[in-house]
Amino acid sequence: MSGIPHDHYEPKSGFEKWLDKRLPVVGLLYDTLMIPTPKNLNWWWIWGIVLTFCLVMQIVTGIILVMHYTPHVDMAFASIEHIMRDVNGGHMLRYVHSNGASLFFVAVYIHIFRGLFYGSYKAPREVTWIIGMLIYLMMMATGFLGYVLPWGQMSFWGATVITGLFGAIPFIGEGLQTWLLGGPAVDNATLNRFFSLHYLLPFVIAALVAVHIWAFHTTGNNNPTGVPVRTGSKEEAEKDTLPFWPYFVIKDLVGLGIVLIIFFAIVGFMPNYLGHPDNYIEANPLSTPAHIVPEWYYLPFYAILRAFTADVWAVQAVSFLTGGIVDAKFFGVVAMFGAIFVMALAPWLDTSSVRSGQYRPAFKWWFRLLIIDFMVLMWVGARDTEFPHDWISLIGATYWFAYFLVILPLLGLFEKPTTPPATIEEDFNAHYPGAAE
Amino acid sequence: MIKKLATSAVVALALATGGALAAGDEGHIEDFAFSFEGPFGTYDQEQLRRGLKIYTEVCAACHGLRYVPLRTLADPGGPNYTEDEVRDYAAEHFFVYDAELDEDRPAKPSDFFPAVSGEGMGPDLSLMAKARAGFHGPAGTGLNQLFRGMGGAEYIASFLLGFTGEEDEIAGTFLYENTAFPGGWVSMAPQLEDGLIDYDDGHSNTARDMAKDVSAFLMWTAEPKMMARKQAGFVSVLLLVLLTSLLYLTNKKLWAPHKGKHLDL
Repeated sequence: MSGIPHDHYEPKSGFEKWLDKRLPVVGLLYDTLMIPTPKNLNWWWIWGIVLTFCLVMQIVTGIILVMHYTPHVDMAFASIEHIMRDVNGGHMLRYVHSNGASLFFVAVYIHIFRGLFYGSYKAPREVTWIIGMLIYLMMMATGFLGYVLPWGQMSFWGATVITGLFGAIPFIGEGLQTWLLGGPAVDNATLNRFFSLHYLLPFVIAALVAVHIWAFHTTGNNNPTGVPVRTGSKEEAEKDTLPFWPYFVIKDLVGLGIVLIIFFAIVGFMPNYLGHPDNYIEANPLSTPAHIVPEWYYLPFYAILRAFTADVWAVQAVSFLTGGIVDAKFFGVVAMFGAIFVMALAPWLDTSSVRSGQYRPAFKWWFRLLIIDFMVLMWVGARDTEFPHDWISLIGATYWFAYFLVILPLLGLFEKPTTPPATIEEDFNAHYPGAAE
Repeated sequence: MIKKLATSAVVALALATGGALAAGDEGHIEDFAFSFEGPFGTYDQEQLRRGLKIYTEVCAACHGLRYVPLRTLADPGGPNYTEDEVRDYAAEHFFVYDAELDEDRPAKPSDFFPAVSGEGMGPDLSLMAKARAGFHGPAGTGLNQLFRGMGGAEYIASFLLGFTGEEDEIAGTFLYENTAFPGGWVSMAPQLEDGLIDYDDGHSNTARDMAKDVSAFLMWTAEPKMMARKQAGFVSVLLLVLLTSLLYLTNKKLWAPHKGKHLDL
């Protein structure tokens, strides 16, 4: 599949030859599993396997939970308690599923920031990056839909706030929101369609994951040096790579094992830590919680949404120029989705000739600042909007956009990168001096 | 390599702490020491039984437990009564509406604790110990829940003991000052006082003891499978440690020839 020269599958037995002529599925599996992989990959490259595992775990636990869940406003909350109290192992299933969503997002954020540091988004892997961003958006949607299903207070009010974002779109917003909700407010119709879509989207994600893997199997993996695998001959390529099976499968499983030890410690000993206590109160349209807080994984972007209030000059300027069509609320919505959109544009905004951040002395600092910015936004997204939180959100949101729209393009022009090793083999041998013999 | 992995674990943890956040302007919550705290914590069966008595004789007048089946009073990992004891207890203390008879009858183990609603009645308590978090700091990060627990039971106990004795009448409604309640004023009157209920086992019955006992009982009603869950947690973690160690050794041996290392295995 990839452009790296390697041994391909040869059907041996009579049956394999017969099947291969009709459906080359064994060959496809063989080439996928045996893909030559840069042998200098570090531990930041384990998260792809963790993410695949999460998807399977969420689908399996989810399908079993559906067998006991009732998507009706009068029964949903009670059916969750039925799962927690009466279904065999139901309490573990539900806690694994709800905390599994958190693990999924921890993994995807590390995976994304790994890509941002090592320049994995750069040519020729732009399509892999874009598909990845689509998967991330689908995950956000799935997570949000799933959080509504227990029909607790945060489910209900979160759904009200988030669908309200669509209501902020000029002209069509109100109608769009009603169409999404299936009525004038969050109600039984909303719960039913959210349940249906929460079941559908993971399979869309699974299909996108297949395309994501297909894309980077076509270009080959990136690696910490960003130096491409030599493809002149099979011998050369073999000096830079090892087959995915068994070398990277076993290595990734070690990583997955360590991640799962932490995960099951959280599920076993503090399963409600990442949830919100208000979601153990049944949804009540007549009582608004004091603070409506989204799940932790949305907080950085929720902070960006709230950062652009009507007293920010940029909002006032845009509002004035558009004759008031773009108000603060719509500006915030555009900023929130824009924050993910600029990240998706990274392949074209980064002008540096060097791929990996390891060899970019100035970039390293701006990148570290981006990580801190992300953490700060996550924290401030759960706080109220009083001073100084409003200023912190605004500065944080500004840096997020500045990183992608200003810093990435300019750094490539002004930064003086250091020299990466000539080959992956050289990098690997520098780490393991015994390997050269 | 392992250092980098440790770093990623720290990053994961740091990312994870974004959750469990709430506002900081809440009441004062005392950090009681409960037997069920921490990975090794278990419910104290005697305490749950005492708490059930407080609930039945004090709280049940205004608060229901609509999600809790009476039969679960016989569950191991809970109050652990015998089935006969549960049958007698249910019939003696609770009446439920039977749709077939169209009238109230004594409760059976197959019924739920009654739901209580109506004018002047309080919220259902089935899940109260999970619907409140006692600790939110520092700076709203929720990090101290990692060390002190979620604090739901602590919130209930602090609330029951938090009345200052001040009261106020606003538009015909009496409000009572409470140091644990967000906002400081609550429409529930103080309930517990030293010696209010005599325990069958002769346990000390100060207001503080009763508050702790009923809070522990409400933690059980909110999380009846806690002991099974912690056990499953231990089994999972131990098996995963074993599996991961074996995978680590396999990985080391697998890569050794390519890294030019000679292992004596």
